[in-house]
Amino acid sequence: MKNLMSKKLDVVVQPGVEITGKWHNRTWRIKQKLGSGAIGSVYLCEANGKQAALKISEKNTSMTMEVNVLKSFAKVQGARLGPYLMDVDDWEAPNGMVYAFYVMEYLRGESIRSFIKKRGDVWLGVFMLQLLDDLEQLHQNGWVFGDLKTDNLLVVHSPIRIRWVDVGGTTQIGRSIKEYTEFFDRGYWEMGSRRAEPGYDLFAFVMVCLDIAYPKRFAKGTRPQLTLEQKINHARILQRYRKPLKKAIRGDYLSSAEMKRDIIQILDHLRPNNRRNVRQRYHSTQLMLVESGVVSLMALIFYLISLLLA
Amino acid sequence: MKKGTLKQILLITDGCSNKGEDPAATAALAFQQGITVNVIGILDDETEESAGLDEVEEIALSGGGVSQIVYREALPQTVQMVTKQAMTQTLQGFVNQELKQILGPEQTMEDLDPDKRGEIMEVVEDMGETCDLEVLVLVDTSASMHDKLPMVKEALIDLSISLNARIGRNRFSIFRFPGKRKDLQEVLDWSPKLESISHLFPKLTSGGITPTGPAIKEAMHAFGKKSLLRRFKHEESDVEEA
Repeated sequence: MKNLMSKKLDVVVQPGVEITGKWHNRTWRIKQKLGSGAIGSVYLCEANGKQAALKISEKNTSMTMEVNVLKSFAKVQGARLGPYLMDVDDWEAPNGMVYAFYVMEYLRGESIRSFIKKRGDVWLGVFMLQLLDDLEQLHQNGWVFGDLKTDNLLVVHSPIRIRWVDVGGTTQIGRSIKEYTEFFDRGYWEMGSRRAEPGYDLFAFVMVCLDIAYPKRFAKGTRPQLTLEQKINHARILQRYRKPLKKAIRGDYLSSAEMKRDIIQILDHLRPNNRRNVRQRYHSTQLMLVESGVVSLMALIFYLISLLLA
Repeated sequence: MKKGTLKQILLITDGCSNKGEDPAATAALAFQQGITVNVIGILDDETEESAGLDEVEEIALSGGGVSQIVYREALPQTVQMVTKQAMTQTLQGFVNQELKQILGPEQTMEDLDPDKRGEIMEVVEDMGETCDLEVLVLVDTSASMHDKLPMVKEALIDLSISLNARIGRNRFSIFRFPGKRKDLQEVLDWSPKLESISHLFPKLTSGGITPTGPAIKEAMHAFGKKSLLRRFKHEESDVEEA
């Protein structure tokens, strides 16, 4: 039945269709479907030459709750945590139904896993610090991310930064977690409650690291804590972070700032005597030389062309 | 302000009823008395057709609740999701009624602009977080359910983890149908946690008939039990201490 309903929505929302809001009268032209989940589908759309992501659904209530979260993100000063909200409205579709939709900033990027595969393990450390920073800021403002998982994170370029895409699970501290995914959930691993507190996010944070290390994931087993600790021990990419990761799954950190300090310390210690790092740095200087060579060559070509044209 | 208590029946089944009253009718009766009926239909695996589970949606519709058909493995996440969705739905129903009184009979939340709707949803969420909740779990223990019961147990423990993270208080009780000699049999009396069920479930023996309708009807009366009231008063002091 539910499938049938979303299929109906798919029929109405096609590339080229213009969606005009009932309340604010703004028009968005649908370009292509980006994906669909438990609550509605997301489309790439366009207005005045600018691209945006439009989420539309027949589940009015859930959409309103998501919008509330996105709005609360806007209140968090400074860093952009979630996608920026552009419009919230209802659409009176030609089929007589009224669908709720909202339009947000379109984030183009790639998954952490594919990024790290291409650019090297060093980036894991960078992303860890970025994520812990964002989490700290969110927690300071009285919120917990909740449904923190690899699929909800995206690496965007220039500058390279981790961003959160789906913020539907964000919950006020002290309440029960609104939305979660089993593999990343502290309750499922029998390591604590589902009450929203910084430690809940930090547990999920470790599971994101484990998910990157073990793309096929693993089963809980009869002794969940032991399973997790063993998996942390056996992952080469997580080797240097073992201590803080284990501390986080046990719930020993009270804030993400605390965990970040430990990780920074590890990264600082690594630099002087790690040969691989030195080699990488050497490699990057080499790259820089090549790059600057290419740039000057291009400049020269352009200069010649402009001479010819003149 | 005194917070109300939401009452839910959570029916977990894998097939059609075959004895007694029409379960959709008894679910409607329960709904009339302020008890929401949610239904979860379990499928064995991808190959099984959901044809036998048409009843599931109908019961939930007339019981004012939420229904979902799932594969065994997805049971824990579904059970907590359905319960929470149903709470929101019920509370939203109350709010809609209030709105009609204030704004006129034709007004519902959908007629408000998105900003106002957002504010109202915040209130609904607040209520969902803080209200007290009573869930009566009704487990189908007919023969075909036998190998699904371990997963049901896991799902119920998981439900208790989710709901006990709320600010409001919870009470759970578990009934099975069919019982040994009657349509409905108590497995666990009202209790704030479900962790105690691990030793209760092996007792379940599966039988052949599925008296879903009569089971819902009898479950309704379990909400009104006097012992429940007494226990509430007893536990109130415990909760405050904690």
